[in-house]
Amino acid sequence: MGTDGDPVAGVLEHAYRDEWSAVVATLARRLGDLQAAEDAAAEAFAAAARVWARDGTPPNPGGWLMTTAWRKAVDQLRGNRAIAVDPQQFPDTGAASGSEAPPVTVGGDDQLGLVFACCHPALALEVRVALTLRFVAGLTTRQIAAAFVLPEATLAQRLVRAKRKISESGIRFEVPGPDALAGRLDGVHAVVYLVFNEGYAASGGEQLIHADLCEEAIWLGRLLHRLLPEDTETAGLVALMLLHHSRAATRQDPDGGAVLLADQDRARWDAALIADGTAILDAAVARRRPGPYQIEAAIAALHAAADSFEATDWPQIAALYGTLARLSPSPVVEVNRAVAVGMADGPHAGLAILEPVLASGALTGYAPLHAAHADLLERAGLAAEASAAWARAERAMGNAALQRELHRRRAAAAESELGSRREEPRSFGMKIFPTGVETSGLGP
Amino acid sequence: MKYALLIYSAPDTNERPYADAREAWVDYARAVKEAGILLGAEQLAETDTATSVRVRGGQRLLTDGPFLETKEHLGGFFLIDVPDLDTALDWAARMPHAASGTAEVRAVRTGMAWQAVLG
Repeated sequence: MGTDGDPVAGVLEHAYRDEWSAVVATLARRLGDLQAAEDAAAEAFAAAARVWARDGTPPNPGGWLMTTAWRKAVDQLRGNRAIAVDPQQFPDTGAASGSEAPPVTVGGDDQLGLVFACCHPALALEVRVALTLRFVAGLTTRQIAAAFVLPEATLAQRLVRAKRKISESGIRFEVPGPDALAGRLDGVHAVVYLVFNEGYAASGGEQLIHADLCEEAIWLGRLLHRLLPEDTETAGLVALMLLHHSRAATRQDPDGGAVLLADQDRARWDAALIADGTAILDAAVARRRPGPYQIEAAIAALHAAADSFEATDWPQIAALYGTLARLSPSPVVEVNRAVAVGMADGPHAGLAILEPVLASGALTGYAPLHAAHADLLERAGLAAEASAAWARAERAMGNAALQRELHRRRAAAAESELGSRREEPRSFGMKIFPTGVETSGLGP
Repeated sequence: MKYALLIYSAPDTNERPYADAREAWVDYARAVKEAGILLGAEQLAETDTATSVRVRGGQRLLTDGPFLETKEHLGGFFLIDVPDLDTALDWAARMPHAASGTAEVRAVRTGMAWQAVLG
């Protein structure tokens, strides 16, 4: 779409990021067809590349793109003659053309409607993720396929089927009514957080962090927060992602190895992201409608506020995990609570919380469970048991960078079992993995 | 839009929806009718009475039994006309067998050439 240094291409790419999803959202809602909306948007952007290079960038690029895309869609539908479309149903479509096009204000309802359609529970979770990244965040099929280590053709096929299902099965591009809104919004949050988690600790492949996916998730979260400023859990989710992401630069060493929370260089945590996340969280908490994302964000804020791992307010974190366990009980939350209690009250107290989780067998394949178990055993002086638990953690870990760190810990534990000097106690598991949503099955 | 709500249940639970829970289905049918969305509804004979037909190379091949040997069988359907999928899903969730079996929701296609013949 243009060459480097070309001012029109620069504006167009900026417009692409800001406006493409808005154009698709408005067209999809009016046409009820995501494929037709996507096609028309593509034609409008191709036209922009030609016309803007010749006539200059219009004063309102977004409005120009919207009006042009709508005309293309109407032309297409008239050509098909399958559906009768009244061009007048599109507001603000004046007779002007080119750079004279009237400004078109994009309703946030269109974008929200698109979000709710893409995250509709009648679609499989991996389909919701792909649709949301493609149409709400505006990523290309190639970018999404690369992020999830999937063949591009597989992802493209998934999107084609999803678009057909939306239009043929009657999924609407609307904000659900008050009865259904809370439940549907939970589903939207889950999709956004899943994208973030996939970026935060990639479930497969070599890389520890796909920072791009984290940033896309944050972008999606901020969009939702802007569209739903009253919703405290949306705010909590954004705060949580910002606070986690503030540590991104310190979570990996130059060789791609995982750096644990205890060893991270806190001076290099991103103070601006921490301030932003904390401010959003404070404003949400003041509304007094607590929820799991706000609690998790509060935990992350406590970590961000601590001068060192040792100086962290572990009793407060343990208490917050207790609240979280009551509000949305899950074995994953129990694992994190065990780690926090293990820091606040000693390894035996942590092990006592972990015992029922281990006995239930619910998370047998979940590496952080075994890593947390191993660390608590190690600190309790049970070296042989710890070594076995490190081995289980290593086997369960799909991410290569984290697997290397687990291997290192197992070797250290084995060494101490042979009577060598014990390594300083450190905590694994704590906040290496965000809690709440388990990592996806999006791999091949 | 028109939707078919397909009633799937396991054979061993077939007695429940159609005999024991007869009243629940009567209530459901009444609710659908009173909502003014009903286009049609039928109950099918047991799947072990089904005959599947295929024509391969001009030969008619018959199979004694249903097309798919699945745990849950198609026992009947309701055809309704509602504005969107969410509404259709709501009606599907109200079907008495949904607690034990499955309600499959399929949108009905319109405007097909063969449908024009039927008028």
